[in-house]
Amino acid sequence: MNFAFSEEQDELRQTVRRFLEAKSPSAEVRRLMETTEGYDEAVWKQMGQELGLQSIHIPEAYGGQGYTFVELGIVLEEMGRVLLCAPYFSTVALAADAILNVGTEAQKAELLAGIASGETKAALAFTEPNGRWDAAGITLEAKPDGDGFVLDGTKHYVIDGHTADLVVVVARTPGSSGSDGIGFFTVSGDADGLTRTPLATMDQTRKQAKLELVGVRATALGEPGAGGPALSKTLDQAAVALANEMVGGGQRVLDMSVEYAKDRVQFGRPIGSFQAIKHKCADMLLEVESAKSAAYYSAWAAAEDDDELPVVASLAKAYCSDAYFHATAENIQIHGGIGFTWEHDAHLYFKRAKSSEILLGDATYHRELLAQRIGI
Amino acid sequence: MDFRDTPQEAAFRDEVRTWLSEHLLGEFAALGPGGGPADESGWETRIEWERELGRDGWVGMAWPRRYGGRDSGIVEQVIFNEEYAKAGAPARASFFGEGLFAPTLIAYGTEEQKQRFLPKIQAADELWCQGYSEPNAGSDLSNVQTRGVLDGEEWVINGQKVWTTLAHHADWCFCITRTDPDAPAHKGISYLLVPMDQPGVTVRPLPQMTGTAEFNEVFFDDARTDKSMVLGEVNDGWKVAMATLGFERGTAFLSQQLGFQRELADLIELAGTNGVAGDAVMRQRLADSYAGVQIMKYNGLRMLTSLASTGVLGPEASIGKLFWSTWHRDFGELAMDVLGPAAGLTPGVPGGDYELDDLQTTFMFSRSETIYAGSSEIQRNIIGERVLGLPREPRLQAEKESTQ
Repeated sequence: MNFAFSEEQDELRQTVRRFLEAKSPSAEVRRLMETTEGYDEAVWKQMGQELGLQSIHIPEAYGGQGYTFVELGIVLEEMGRVLLCAPYFSTVALAADAILNVGTEAQKAELLAGIASGETKAALAFTEPNGRWDAAGITLEAKPDGDGFVLDGTKHYVIDGHTADLVVVVARTPGSSGSDGIGFFTVSGDADGLTRTPLATMDQTRKQAKLELVGVRATALGEPGAGGPALSKTLDQAAVALANEMVGGGQRVLDMSVEYAKDRVQFGRPIGSFQAIKHKCADMLLEVESAKSAAYYSAWAAAEDDDELPVVASLAKAYCSDAYFHATAENIQIHGGIGFTWEHDAHLYFKRAKSSEILLGDATYHRELLAQRIGI
Repeated sequence: MDFRDTPQEAAFRDEVRTWLSEHLLGEFAALGPGGGPADESGWETRIEWERELGRDGWVGMAWPRRYGGRDSGIVEQVIFNEEYAKAGAPARASFFGEGLFAPTLIAYGTEEQKQRFLPKIQAADELWCQGYSEPNAGSDLSNVQTRGVLDGEEWVINGQKVWTTLAHHADWCFCITRTDPDAPAHKGISYLLVPMDQPGVTVRPLPQMTGTAEFNEVFFDDARTDKSMVLGEVNDGWKVAMATLGFERGTAFLSQQLGFQRELADLIELAGTNGVAGDAVMRQRLADSYAGVQIMKYNGLRMLTSLASTGVLGPEASIGKLFWSTWHRDFGELAMDVLGPAAGLTPGVPGGDYELDDLQTTFMFSRSETIYAGSSEIQRNIIGERVLGLPREPRLQAEKESTQ
């Protein structure tokens, strides 16, 4: 039994941290969040070619480095810490996992090689205007047509959907419902009949798009109609990945709060000497450390493809969502007026925490899933 | 990162399982798993069970072999506790001796003291209680006023302790005592070991809101103990006392998580039976409680790994006490809401003794858990100051002078 990162994993963290501190300082986050694309092409290429981040957990057989969800979690935690603006979560944690879960060997070899090298940016289009995060919410239909399929419908809230080269669309067999008849399909970002509309996002550091598909020709990934379990697994893996990203931001705002509480003097004393502030910081530490424990444990369960994964994925997503949001809210309160300004970064984390909480289902949604999964 | 047993760990787990299956029988098995360190149901049988454990070195398994221990590392202790809980074995009666006093004794005691006390703890021949809190020394423990004065070859002790758990069963008390009233608060304290069975010691049960009296007041009126019965240096007992608190907040409570897990599993089952599990809000609360008890385990495992590899507890250790006591308090409230109207009725008879069922006991007893062993507020100060490095609260002028 061992619940610690290895030396090699610690080194990976340091390497990624150094890179991100250089490439994604606050000024750069603010520059990119105001663009429509929301990322820097040169940094994306460097991430892929110099650090191999896009290939971190893709098996070697498909051009990846063959590490696990634990290493992916480390990378995401560091990205969350600096609010990196890049289509990394969408490409690696959503689309690549979907392909790994349902693709045929030939499809995995072909599609993952592009993602692993950093050439391909990909998105997973599954949510629709109804805003549901489960299979039952999918209404977009895939109709067989010759040797392929034709997709008609609308996908909404698609993370980085407007910049993806490759869109993995989740659709259903006409007439099916619930988790039956679910299939995954690949569509090129510039496919005929696909209209992509970038959306204005409350959290400007993570971009979303609306995708309207009218008679779009698509290729089935794996076996169409039998993708329900794969969707569920992909979303569990993504929840784990997101939980790890969130704890990076949680630790960062705790650091900001503590630093400020030591420096800021009122009534002739640093405000951190007042128990009102000190105890807030202590509670933040408790929640951030506990969130880390949950996130890391869930990453291990995902790495092992353990039977516990569905339970711990929802557990981690629920707990980390609440902990991250609470930490970012307290961070604003501890900073007082300065924390409410546009100039201070506190609001960037606050908004990222809320958007992350909502993404893949909020804490309430995941607690209900957890209840079901433990047999309540 | 790997949560599976190594081959050695698996072999050890087998050994524990086998031992339990061969010894946890008859009246011992009938005891069933009980409550926390203050539970005294089935006391005599539990003492016998403690002797059974002690004979084969399961009491004091972490002690060096020369004191009858097994030299077990942290991971082995966890495995033992896991299997112990899984087997539904009885609540341990030796918490204060084995869990708190013994590790302190091993760290600060003389060879003679270790030889004198450890075998008796292992054999459950001597039980211990903790003489810390006083009426005017709760969170501010350094304010202890109980006096210890050397009179020839003996210490003479006068004063009062309070909240002394299981003092009525104890043979000895590890007692922090002011031995130099002229020294600053933290510097005139000695850690004395006082026999309880003597005319100068009076134990008076302190009935609690539960209607039971696991806590006591202990009065020392010219109580005596041998000059040699001081742990660490005379007037340097504060350090020793803090070491004990470290054990209390750290590893001593690790096995609790498994008990909590069992309590929650029972509650979830009850909610399924009485229909409460169909309510959306109650489902949220039960799931949240489940997440909490699992995270308690993950936090514990991270803490243990860091302890096993570096010998130093990471920041997650300091959050342990605050986390579990808050969780258990919330669990108690949830349990009452799962019970619904039945929560309002006790197993007793009208006009008879005030009696509570297990869930009602948890609901009430958990109010003490956010207070004892350092209240939640004290824990937050510790986290804020020692982990996060935030400045201390400015002190009153008089207090500054007394501690300088």
